Amino acid sequence: MAGVIGRPRRRVDGRAKVTGQTKFADDIALPRMVYCRLLRSPHPHARIVRIDTSKADAFPGVLLTLTGSTFPIPYGVLPVSHDEHALCQDKVRHVGDPVAAVIARTESIADQAAKLIEVEYELLRTFGTPEESLLNPEPRIHEYGDDGNIHKAVAMQFGDVDAAIAKADHIFEDTFFFEGSTHLPLEQHATVALKDPDGKLVVYSSTQTPHYLHRALAKTLAMTAAHIRVIATPNGGGFGGKSDPFNHEIVVAKAAMMLDRPVKITLSREEVFYCHRGRHPVQMKFRAGVTKDGKITGLDLETLLDGGAYGSYGVASTFYTGALQTVTYEIPTYRFRGCRVFTNKPACGPKRGHGTPQARFGQEVQLDKIAETLKLDPAEMRLNIVAPPNSLTANFMKIGTIGLAECIRKVVARSDWKNKFRKLPYGRGVGIACSSYLSGAGLPINWNDLPHSGVQLKLDRSGGVTAFCGATEIGQGSDDVLAACVAEILGLETFDIRVVTGDTDLTPVDLGSYSSRVTLMMGNAAIQAAERARDLLAEAVAEKLSVPKEQLVFADGRVSHAEGAEKSCSFQEAVVFAEAKFGTIGTTGSYTPPKPPARYKGGGVGPTPTYSYSAAIVEVEVDPETGWLTVPNVWIGHDIGRALNPTLVRGQVEGGVYMGLGEALMEESAFRRLPAKLSNALVHKFPSILEYKSLTSLDMPNIFTDLIEDPDPAGPFGAKEVGQGPLLPIMPAVANAVYDAVGVRVDEIPVTPEKILKALTAKAAGKPARYGPDSFPSIPWPETLMVTPPWEGGDGRAANDPKRKKRVADAGTEVKAGITIAREAK
Amino acid sequence: MSNSFRLSLSVNGEPIDALVDPAKTLLEVLREDLQLTGTKHGCELGECGACAVLVDGQPVLSCLALAVECGGRSVTTIEGIAAGDELHPLQDAMADLGGSQCGYCSPGIIVTAKALLDREPNPTREQIKEALSGNLCRCTGYLQIVEAVESAVQKLQTKVAAGLQPRATK
Repeated sequence: MAGVIGRPRRRVDGRAKVTGQTKFADDIALPRMVYCRLLRSPHPHARIVRIDTSKADAFPGVLLTLTGSTFPIPYGVLPVSHDEHALCQDKVRHVGDPVAAVIARTESIADQAAKLIEVEYELLRTFGTPEESLLNPEPRIHEYGDDGNIHKAVAMQFGDVDAAIAKADHIFEDTFFFEGSTHLPLEQHATVALKDPDGKLVVYSSTQTPHYLHRALAKTLAMTAAHIRVIATPNGGGFGGKSDPFNHEIVVAKAAMMLDRPVKITLSREEVFYCHRGRHPVQMKFRAGVTKDGKITGLDLETLLDGGAYGSYGVASTFYTGALQTVTYEIPTYRFRGCRVFTNKPACGPKRGHGTPQARFGQEVQLDKIAETLKLDPAEMRLNIVAPPNSLTANFMKIGTIGLAECIRKVVARSDWKNKFRKLPYGRGVGIACSSYLSGAGLPINWNDLPHSGVQLKLDRSGGVTAFCGATEIGQGSDDVLAACVAEILGLETFDIRVVTGDTDLTPVDLGSYSSRVTLMMGNAAIQAAERARDLLAEAVAEKLSVPKEQLVFADGRVSHAEGAEKSCSFQEAVVFAEAKFGTIGTTGSYTPPKPPARYKGGGVGPTPTYSYSAAIVEVEVDPETGWLTVPNVWIGHDIGRALNPTLVRGQVEGGVYMGLGEALMEESAFRRLPAKLSNALVHKFPSILEYKSLTSLDMPNIFTDLIEDPDPAGPFGAKEVGQGPLLPIMPAVANAVYDAVGVRVDEIPVTPEKILKALTAKAAGKPARYGPDSFPSIPWPETLMVTPPWEGGDGRAANDPKRKKRVADAGTEVKAGITIAREAK
Repeated sequence: MSNSFRLSLSVNGEPIDALVDPAKTLLEVLREDLQLTGTKHGCELGECGACAVLVDGQPVLSCLALAVECGGRSVTTIEGIAAGDELHPLQDAMADLGGSQCGYCSPGIIVTAKALLDREPNPTREQIKEALSGNLCRCTGYLQIVEAVESAVQKLQTKVAAGLQPRATK
């Protein structure tokens, strides 16, 4: 049988999943286990005046209560935003912020006791929108950030964008809004912590990032990291929602160490909504200069992100709203300014696509408007401006292979676009959009020179191969990718490989299942480890069989001489020969992405070893009487490089289309204010699965998927990412299709029947046939970093980099003080 | 437990006698008292379908059923779907065709699909979608699930045509 790569296969963990044997965190039950519940704030912004836990302490069955005083050390996923505490210290910043914990014999006792904790709050003014936060620097939600309630504001420019736009044939200025949404993983977050028999801490958790949780636990509990073991249980869906270290994980870890009993917490569905870290609501303004044949001369983009109450990944999210515009289309000059503000709502963070879907929506809808004005076919126009392969963009993103043109051609042909676009009867329409995404972030969250992914292999005389890697199985199939990469090199089946993943005691570090990084980074590390093992085996076998080792072939569970099958041995015999010759067989592999060429501040967000590309055409039907919108068909082409397991790749594409349609049509993390007499609190409009609408099996369209396979040298066997990219074109393609169907623009996500109807009503009244924001708020932008594009001789640095200035100043100070550290020379 | 309730029922073909808290749902008794953790919870309000089990062959949301209501009934969970060492064709197809990604919704989907096939051995695609419309899945976009059910239908019919009765699920 041929190798495993490229063959549609049952995933290695498939049997466990369909028999109910996959152990999720909440499936763990241990002797003497006790249960934790958190008491969460009913107020969106308040000072904690007093907490009295005495009634809870006295409640029968309660073992321990905890408050913020036990957790004085802050944490956060980004080093620049350590702004969270396991339990709030002196104030709460959103409804749902945890202030106390109860650990009791049963969950129900813990619940009842938590209600007996008395908390006195002094209410503070609350900010529910980014505009309110911008206008009101006081009271500050956090005592850090760029200014007042601005968490982060960035500005950067690549070339003379104003001149390029000014001399363009046409100038387009458009404003858009993308509402927030949440991950809604079907599994609620759960954690079980215990003190192991040696006295060390063990934490099982539904986390996408055991490594970051490990770091957060070591810091907040002031423990030696090597005495903490984090085991990521298979996640029942992640989508970015389990990528931050969470309050509840730290609380139960501490409680388990204090009580010396296993402690479990499982969040309720409502708590999951309040933990959030979902899609940022983003307002956008796009100003583009365009030639009469549809080429972009310059793009000026402003974004405003509603960050919610904590930093989370927000600084990265801010940069991501502007990082990838240039890697799909040729944009010779570019300015990006982004601002994230704190508001008194649950913190936003990374959701599938992380910061890029919002601006992708704006860009792709604006391109549709440009094509309409210039009387160009929007598919043809895009084909004319696709970014070139193996090039550097204006903002120094390095593009490798790019299959975007092929993706566009595929969906255009398969959907019969040319006979549908502007040709379907009123009420039916088609729209096109494209996108690109990272195959893993080029720079790590914690800047260091360490590998992003490590794999160890253990082989022994049984013929057994075990692969160890810190990567986390969140449903995407990372365990299968690990097994497949190793099996392919060693000529085995995936069933022959045992995988051990996501365990900080047993497995080498992998940074986690986020940023679409696992297949590429873990895959490359796995290939390196497997090739090293194969070399050892080949050397031993060559000696035994008296053949040149270069002529040995590993296939079908055997090691054979390429010239003649009579000289061969089984894989097990090969391991025996190698173990006899070299001793115990173990190999390692590591992967570190290449250093990106962008050297300006903020240029660390956006680089990747290789970008994936997608193009989608969506067909819609709109009832002009009601605005009711349905989607019968979606065609999508995805540049995957190489599909390692086409069954899983198709699943990721279709899952991305599904989640994109949910965002396009209905999913909203919207908030409302309770009346003043009920505390004025900002509460989630839809904190349940019933009210937070998502698509069911009945709502799904036909999806016609084409995988474009042009292996990329950076990827394992040529593979690129697929977990996030295919979601991105769906939202703008829906909006563009609605315009084709009924001639109105909905420049806001989600595109609901109400908005369509409002735009149709406006159109009928002779007003602009549009629903969406009319303006973009005024933002106090910082000094713009000026970066010369590569084709004008730029070196990837900003001419006015404040760090560069500071470095020079620091060097001067040090010289004055007589300290001779040659920093600049390093 | 002073107010515990004596519950006798059949679970996956085995008689169960247990003393349970009468306030507990069937889901809680299955997961916590009987350690049958294959049945999942996603909302505990009857919204997501992750907790579906079969009670006397009918799909029931176990988070909305009190355990005490199930005395004398026959409950089938995901752990009772396979026939001995042989996976049910639905399980094989879900694993082979990508119907299960994170796998959290899979137990509820599989038992619900089984109830459909027991009732309607040759369902249309629309009937399959309708039957599964109460089971949310956030990973797959449902298409590979529907295709897996269709594939299982084919397999079951081949077996019937060959004169092999599908082994009865306990």
